[in-house]
Amino acid sequence: MNFDLTEDRQMLADTLNRYLADQYGIEARNASAYEAPFHDPTKWAEMSELGIAGALVPEEQGGFGGTGFDITVVFEALGKGLCPEPFLGTLMAARLLGAAGADMDALVSGETRYAVGLGEIDAAYDFENIATTATASGEAHVLNGRKSAVYGGQGADVILVLAKLGDAPAIFSVAATEANIVGYGMIDGGGAAEVLLEDTPATLLLQDAGGAVQDAVNAGRLALCAEAVGAMGATYEALVDYLKTRKQFGRPIGTFQVLQHRTVDLLTEIEQARSITISAAASLEDADATLKIAMAKNLIGRAARLVAEEAIQMHGGIAMTWEYSVSHYGKRLVMLDAQLGDTDQCLSEVMQSYAA
Amino acid sequence: MDLSYSPEERAFEEEVRDFLKTSLPDHIADAVRSGGELTGEIMQEWHRILSAKGWLAITWPKEYGGPGWTPVQRHIFEVECNRFHAPRIVPFGLAMLGPVIQMFGNERQKKEVLPGILSAEDWWCQGYSEPGAGSDLASLKTRADRDGDHYVINGQKTWTTLGQFANKIFCLVRTKFDCKPQEGISFVLVDLDTPGIEMRPIRLIEGGYEVNEVFFTDVRVPVENLVGEENQGWTIAKFLLTHERTNIAGVGISMQALEEVKALARKTRRNGRPLIEDPLFAARIAQVEIDLEAMKITNLRMLYQAQKQGHPGPETSILKIKGTVINQELRDLARRALGPSAAPFPGAVTDGNLALSPPDTANNAARYFNNRKTSIFGGSNEIQRNILTKTMLEL
Ligand SMILES: Cc1cc2nc3c(=O)[nH]c(=O)nc-3n(C[C@H](O)[C@H](O)[C@H](O)COP(=O)(O)OP(=O)(O)OC[C@H]3O[C@@H](n4cnc5c(N)ncnc54)[C@H](O)[C@@H]3O)c2cc1C
Repeated sequence: MNFDLTEDRQMLADTLNRYLADQYGIEARNASAYEAPFHDPTKWAEMSELGIAGALVPEEQGGFGGTGFDITVVFEALGKGLCPEPFLGTLMAARLLGAAGADMDALVSGETRYAVGLGEIDAAYDFENIATTATASGEAHVLNGRKSAVYGGQGADVILVLAKLGDAPAIFSVAATEANIVGYGMIDGGGAAEVLLEDTPATLLLQDAGGAVQDAVNAGRLALCAEAVGAMGATYEALVDYLKTRKQFGRPIGTFQVLQHRTVDLLTEIEQARSITISAAASLEDADATLKIAMAKNLIGRAARLVAEEAIQMHGGIAMTWEYSVSHYGKRLVMLDAQLGDTDQCLSEVMQSYAA
Repeated sequence: MDLSYSPEERAFEEEVRDFLKTSLPDHIADAVRSGGELTGEIMQEWHRILSAKGWLAITWPKEYGGPGWTPVQRHIFEVECNRFHAPRIVPFGLAMLGPVIQMFGNERQKKEVLPGILSAEDWWCQGYSEPGAGSDLASLKTRADRDGDHYVINGQKTWTTLGQFANKIFCLVRTKFDCKPQEGISFVLVDLDTPGIEMRPIRLIEGGYEVNEVFFTDVRVPVENLVGEENQGWTIAKFLLTHERTNIAGVGISMQALEEVKALARKTRRNGRPLIEDPLFAARIAQVEIDLEAMKITNLRMLYQAQKQGHPGPETSILKIKGTVINQELRDLARRALGPSAAPFPGAVTDGNLALSPPDTANNAARYFNNRKTSIFGGSNEIQRNILTKTMLEL
């Protein structure tokens, strides 16, 4: 047993953390996260050059990583820096393109930005219930339907869309220029889009894609767990700093035992969150990946909300302001629960495993 | 013990409903229903409508122009107003300063201050908190130095809610220094157009603008604007805070929020069925509904008790703690029900055909985040627990 990062991954983490701290501090972050295009294309290019996308792709597919722990190292750093760059789409697209044996050079270099459109308004987390359909049209296919809350969809070049081909799930590649994409910013920063498909031409990438979609969802969920661990850590640090420096009643508020106990409860939950994320990362290529990762996403959903709400509460009014970083971390921590399956969705998936 | 409404109370409920049906303009109810920020004009328009009816100063006794309602009547009014999507009454003049003037003001102040509140002509804001004085309010530093028949005020207030719409502010200021902090505080009324006052907006977590910083530089205020005695401000502040807390349970708001959550959960489809049929989500709703059911009675019991003894007691802290937690939980459920559709920045998806969520609920994530404030302001829930510890436990 060994819980240390390999040297390569440690270096990647250090590089990424340093870049985000130096180049993408909270003010720069807020400036791009809340204004169209809801990320910073220059930073995107620089970060791709640092090798982020490459770290998410296995060697045999043109990258130099792609394992569960590569994913967690990258996304924990992105979470710590509250980075709005849409690498989640890169990761999930890499899983799908990989399954299809498609070329990934443009993904690894960051030249092509991918988003993945799975969910719909009436099928936010339960992708087997989607209504979007694909029909053959000569050599190609056309898609009809609406993909909702497609993260990173507002700035993507290519959107990989889940649609029903007959009764089976299939993944199609849609050029952003071909679809009607309505982009918007999100309350926790970053962008998303509604992708409106009306006889939209698309290229079939994967047929009978159920397994590949589950794998992409697993990888995406894992990434979100790691992002949350990074963001919880940063929030916790800010809280502890504030408890030491903010004085009321002539003493630092950190001397009030009721705040001390609640803060160490957060520490406990964050340690648990880190552990279950490690468990999930280790399982990514295993038969029980879906279950392990659903467990992780459930715990993360609970812990992230607790950390966000308690950190805001224990700061008092200051953390209610736009000006102060913790409000933005708090929003991200709460809202990431709504991506790719929330606390209850993941809990019910774990419960279903008992039914076998 | 009798929990049913009397025939008079039922008739009153009908009267309130009729009034709301006929007098609450659609554009105001729509604005409230959307959950977005209300404009000053909308709030003021509603205040004037209530004022014309004589129902603005609902907690005031008849002798000062209030309707002289019982706690049950106030409860009915609150519940119905929320059900019909009426804006909340801005509390600073009506629920805070009014009772203070009635209790501590002199005859001249009663004549000058109360009518402006009753008619909604004056919009008051509350100048208590400072950057260094939040929970520890008594450590406030804004000073008022006597100069002839004026006070000269210097310092900074912060978190001033809706100050951008106000024309007046009541402030706690320091008038004595060589004493215990609580003993050197005075309560003064200040016109916001007095030279030397500057107001700056603070943007909140969800992007909204409802609080301000207020800077005072050599602001000259006539000595007659002092309420009560010089250095009696702390007594007044404590009196005001217990009044601030009486309507804090927010039962009416939560009852309305519960209905909204249920409606959302019926409309949202997840795993091929309405979300409300999902046992996990239904359990979450049921849990809060049960707490709220109890809170309705707890609230009435405490209002009843306050009426009997003539003033609210420390147990109103229970209303603040539990009432805010229930409301926050409901806001959480609304956001949860929408899932990723709650994520767009308020106003980001404006096309009705594209809107992710029904227009009524488009601001749900924003409201959830904004509502975190309720357990922080008006004495944080930690401070309420300290009050209960001190007054109820006898340790
Ligand atoms: C949206 C909003 C609107 C507001 N509107 C107004 C307004 O109109 N007018 C006005 O005057 N003020 C207003 N306030 C200010 C509000 O009353 C203060 O925020 C509140 O009193 C807490 O003070 P603080 O923010 O400085 O936090 P602090 O007092 O610094 O508290 C930080 C944390 O420490 C905890 N803490 C402090 N002391 C203790 C203790 N002894 N034991 C245990 N825990 C403790 C607190 O509970 C909190 O969790 C508003 C605040 C907000 C957020």
